[in-house]
Amino acid sequence: MYLADSRSTKAAVAPDTRPGRRPAAVPGTVLALGAVSLITDVSSEMVTAVLPLYVVAGLGLSPLGFGLLDGINNGVGALVRLAGGHLADRGGRRHKVVAGLGYGLSALCKPLLLLAHTLPVLSGVLAVDRTGKGLRTAPRDAMISLATRPEHRGRAFGVHRAMDTTGALLGPLVAFAVLRATVDGYDAVFAVSGCVAVLGVLVLVLFVPRRIEPAGAVQLPEPDRPALRDSLGLLRRPELRRLTVCAALLGLTTVSDSFLYLLLQREGDLRADLFPLLPLGTAAFFLLLAVPLGALADRVSRRRLFLAGHGVLLLGYGLVLSPWHGIPAVVAVLVLHGTFYAATDGVLAAATAGAVPAQHQGAGQALVGTGQAMARFTCSLAFGAAWSLWDGRTALAVTAAALAVSALAASFVLRPADEASPAEVSA
Amino acid sequence: MTRTTRLVILLVAVLLLGGVGTGAVLYAAHRSGMRDQQQANGPTVRTGTVSLRPTADRRLLVRNLAWGPHRDEIATVPADDPQGPRTASGVKCLRFHAAAGTGICLQAVHGTLRDTYRAVVLDSHLHELHRFPAAGIPTRARVSPSGHLVAWTVFVSGDSYAGTNFSTRTAIVDTRTWKIDDNLETFRVIKDGRTYRAADTNIWGVTFADDTRFYATLATGGKTYLVRGDVGARTLTTLHRNVECPSLSPDGTRIAYKKRVKGASPDAPWRLYVLNLHTMKETATAEHRNIDDQALWADNSTLVYALPGDYGSDLWTVPADGTGTDRRLMTSAVAPAYLG
Repeated sequence: MYLADSRSTKAAVAPDTRPGRRPAAVPGTVLALGAVSLITDVSSEMVTAVLPLYVVAGLGLSPLGFGLLDGINNGVGALVRLAGGHLADRGGRRHKVVAGLGYGLSALCKPLLLLAHTLPVLSGVLAVDRTGKGLRTAPRDAMISLATRPEHRGRAFGVHRAMDTTGALLGPLVAFAVLRATVDGYDAVFAVSGCVAVLGVLVLVLFVPRRIEPAGAVQLPEPDRPALRDSLGLLRRPELRRLTVCAALLGLTTVSDSFLYLLLQREGDLRADLFPLLPLGTAAFFLLLAVPLGALADRVSRRRLFLAGHGVLLLGYGLVLSPWHGIPAVVAVLVLHGTFYAATDGVLAAATAGAVPAQHQGAGQALVGTGQAMARFTCSLAFGAAWSLWDGRTALAVTAAALAVSALAASFVLRPADEASPAEVSA
Repeated sequence: MTRTTRLVILLVAVLLLGGVGTGAVLYAAHRSGMRDQQQANGPTVRTGTVSLRPTADRRLLVRNLAWGPHRDEIATVPADDPQGPRTASGVKCLRFHAAAGTGICLQAVHGTLRDTYRAVVLDSHLHELHRFPAAGIPTRARVSPSGHLVAWTVFVSGDSYAGTNFSTRTAIVDTRTWKIDDNLETFRVIKDGRTYRAADTNIWGVTFADDTRFYATLATGGKTYLVRGDVGARTLTTLHRNVECPSLSPDGTRIAYKKRVKGASPDAPWRLYVLNLHTMKETATAEHRNIDDQALWADNSTLVYALPGDYGSDLWTVPADGTGTDRRLMTSAVAPAYLG
């Protein structure tokens, strides 16, 4: 790995690698995209934070069965994500346009929330909001890959994910400040959220370049228009195929956050009022560790860190199953859970970027991301069934064993080709 | 576009969007300020002493929703004159119930980071005896006929993107020992005679028969069930399908509940029904609108329930045997309880 890194650094005669000057590891475009994600997450998490309160207290509705459409949403979300990635690659890389559509669609949903007074309409608006998210994810990650020199992608994705998570943590604070100032002014929360979302779109339009020339050693010939066949044909590339298979395999054994928190609460006999704080704990450690672990991924191997992240998750499962209970044990699990995200989320995107040529970045990111998301959804269904069949504890023990096997298999699959040098990939 | 142009556009947009946002906040703040003003033609509300001790005259306790300084306070009216002047207690609750000198009051605590909730057990003078943290937004509260047990249900939402996964959490407290069963989902579920386990179980809407037995709704696999619970044995046994928010009649023979009816619009799926526990025969009441409340028995033949109204919610009443018609009992009120 060290060899590959030094080789690519030598090959790239870029001004920012001169000694005495700190290399611009995180390009302006990535910071701009990070800012867009941060602002957009403030907007969407504002809504998420007050939505339950709005439904129950504001509208006076019983929201059970509200999540019924989740399965359909997941399926449609996967298709939209693939479409977003593919469309973004077409016509000489329209990443910005497709991502902008996605951000715009979600922004449009915020004022619509003001008009939704029944659960079916509300679910519909939220589904459109999610479609926007599905549409923008792959083009955004493609733009981050294209704008960053290959050897710095881990850190760049880490910076992006950290900014994204910061927005997610700030959103609820803003929402409750507005709610406090207006005494149950849910419409004011939605209005402010809408304004913030528009600002996010505007930052994208103004500060993200329309065409992103791949940063790195090799300049590409003018890209052709990849057809759908070409996008799907990416899976014929052994490197991407291995990565997709491993992401899906490990995704199949990754218990969803809500199940994990539920188990953590039941096994640890956690006080009921502390339950809502669990996701904040994971997010906080994700935020803290995303950049250092992303940078570490650039130095050691991204695949190895991705695998190590799942090892950390396995430790977390072990801790939930262990007889050690109480607040310190819960915090330890959240540290491991946050570390898992920091070591895998942006790192997988960075590894994907290295396995697909520049003109297919959108479709490549979409394929791997969708594979992982679908696998995790399948795991949720299976985990729920296993819980009914045995109980939560046994279901987790079985999943942990499966995760160990998957991780072992994945380390075998990913072993032969450690990260290829950028020159090989983009040629 | 130069860098300066872009920054100027951004600045203008920030000012513009900031203006719109500030306007929305100010408008909403002004509107909520209006709610502290006494509403025209509203019921008379005055401050007074509210006691939960049984008295000779029967009283109806509600959360008062009429605009004015006593909004959201627990208030009392004579049971035979519900439209008459209200006596406000100064105690604010989102949900409330009382029996035999014990009250349960579910409150919001407005923090800087987020709202938290608590369940407060009150003595007959509405003084706090004990408080418990609650995991989510209050929805149901009940006290057992003896006043010894209290139960409440809150909504908890997952923090996933767009947070659409809601679940409930129901707790039961014994006020003699202050022992709490924080989550009834840990009770053993006996469905069709066999132990049943599932990750997706939700339990809500406890109604007490005595200090051991209670009824509640259990939801799993997209279906709801009436369950009979046993606090001592820690079991829940399914009895009947499609029952939500059960309410046991004072004589213990019938359950009033909301039933999801076929052919109803998906945003208004429930009707008010009564189930005879001996014959398991269901009777539709004469209330034909959508009901989203845990009904209350005024006596062995009359139901009281909340429906959306001009100031949040009104209380309505209908005979339990399917005869008669629905009638408005009082405006601007929710969470009723009869005393005495």
